[in-house]
Amino acid sequence: MKEKKLIRKILYHVLVLGFGVIMIYPVLWMISGSFKDNAEILRGTLALIPKEPKLSNYATGWKGFGGTTFATFFRNSFFITVVATFGTVLSSSLVAYSLSRIRFRGRTFWFTCMLLTMMLPGQVIMIPQYLIYYRLGLVPGYVPLILPYFCGQAFFIYQMMQFMKGIPLELDEAAKIDGCSKYRIYSTIILPLLKPAVVTTVIIQFYWKWDDYMGPLLYLSRPQSYTASIAIKLFADSASVTDYGAMFAMSTLSLIPVFLIFLIFNRYLVQGIGTSGLKG
Amino acid sequence: MGTATSNSSKNTFRKWIYSDAVVGHVFAAPFIFGFVVFSLVPILMSFYYSFTDFSLGNKQVIFIGLENFKSLFGDEVLSKSLLKTLQYVLLSVPLKLAFALLVAFILVKPSKMVSIYRSLYYLPSLIGGSVAVALVWKQLFARKGLFNSIAKEIGLSAINWFGDEKLAIYPLILMSAWQFGSSMIIFAAGLKEIPVSYYEAAEVDGAKGWQKFFRITLPCLSPIVLYNLVMQTISAFMTFTQAFIITGGGPNNATMLYALNVYNQAFKYNKMGYACAMSWFMLVVMSIITFLIFKTSKFWVFSEADQS
Repeated sequence: MKEKKLIRKILYHVLVLGFGVIMIYPVLWMISGSFKDNAEILRGTLALIPKEPKLSNYATGWKGFGGTTFATFFRNSFFITVVATFGTVLSSSLVAYSLSRIRFRGRTFWFTCMLLTMMLPGQVIMIPQYLIYYRLGLVPGYVPLILPYFCGQAFFIYQMMQFMKGIPLELDEAAKIDGCSKYRIYSTIILPLLKPAVVTTVIIQFYWKWDDYMGPLLYLSRPQSYTASIAIKLFADSASVTDYGAMFAMSTLSLIPVFLIFLIFNRYLVQGIGTSGLKG
Repeated sequence: MGTATSNSSKNTFRKWIYSDAVVGHVFAAPFIFGFVVFSLVPILMSFYYSFTDFSLGNKQVIFIGLENFKSLFGDEVLSKSLLKTLQYVLLSVPLKLAFALLVAFILVKPSKMVSIYRSLYYLPSLIGGSVAVALVWKQLFARKGLFNSIAKEIGLSAINWFGDEKLAIYPLILMSAWQFGSSMIIFAAGLKEIPVSYYEAAEVDGAKGWQKFFRITLPCLSPIVLYNLVMQTISAFMTFTQAFIITGGGPNNATMLYALNVYNQAFKYNKMGYACAMSWFMLVVMSIITFLIFKTSKFWVFSEADQS
């Protein structure tokens, strides 16, 4: 009986781990591809360990296109992502505070509007948004990629509101008796306590913005302003033969920030999505 | 005299600035501004343009009534892209949710190994939206790609995934299903909320593993299934990057997902008015589907009120 249990346990771990490896195999294959030469990649071998590992793909890939190196592309990506993420946290927490803690006329109305924007497919407003920026002379440029993130993102406002439900109202009331205004309550009580929700927001928004392809595709046109995601796609666009090794090398580099944040904040992330996403 | 009035007006100003109505609007201001400028005005503009022949660069916008909507129905690419999008959504979303639920259920026992496994399964959904992974996917299913070389090794003939109209959509569906991680984590959180006593009671009554799953786990999770279903359906309808990078809509529009089609009409062919009409048509289709999901949810979502 005991043996049977042990065998089942081993089988469980082998199966789960085996399937898990299959799940991330494409990613591992890409990383190993960044150390292979093109001929070896195109042969489509399963093997993850390159015959002759070489770093030259990284050197050729880094050179980029037409004199613009990947240093520029990554710097652009970082700039857009960091500023937009900062804007999302700031604006979303302000809006979440007003919608969950302050009783004012129109609160229900704006809350409904927020839920509607969460369900609204982006394609419906993509074209007119583009036209507005175009008329204002902001295309091409970074403003369309950043400005909307300072206006609160519905998904994160909703998450933060869910989280705020868990912060006791007594804290607000005690602060009010001590003479704190609503502005002080937000900055000294709510915001510090909101930290777990803020961390989740930072992580998810960072990923979304870092991976974003359509935005830069629409709003950027000069190679010097390209983000990494646009630049990586250029490898596949080039008129001559695609340099797969270089493409995979730069793809691997572009995933490093994502992996790093994942490793550091893994616990926060899993808890954050789990707890704040759904209750209520 | 003068100081008294300025004092009292200062006081009323202070009172006004700290009143709930003002504080509320101050804090909500970013959203109100964003909603009006980036959602409401664009929606109205899009509605207006859908009745015009608008394109970038033409000086005069001509109102053409329902002409755009009429030509929607004669547009073969559009009907094909709508059908392909529906196929994509109907296959990828259930597949994704089924995987998510299954894996969440398997990985329910908290232990150190389980949290490592969970990270493994979560990873694809984390990076799946990136251009990098889309390019890898394209290479995996290429004619001489990894997938075909495995097929050859086990004695099957190579499949030309992206050359065959019938098959080209499946790598995209598979890619979407592959990214079940975030739904899985939401399910896992829901599983933790189910009281252990339910299972114990069922065991006393002699319930088997699968019975427990279908009689307890699934009903208790049904509100979360609904949430995931709605969210994933909406995002599946809007899939753009994968189709744009992996297949570009080909072969012969067999992977022309709707969002890609709208993008092409607007920014490749500069038919802005027509593209607006297309996106409104899409909005109607999606609203109907979301409405239907909510309507039928009465029959399969168990709320707490029903249970007690």
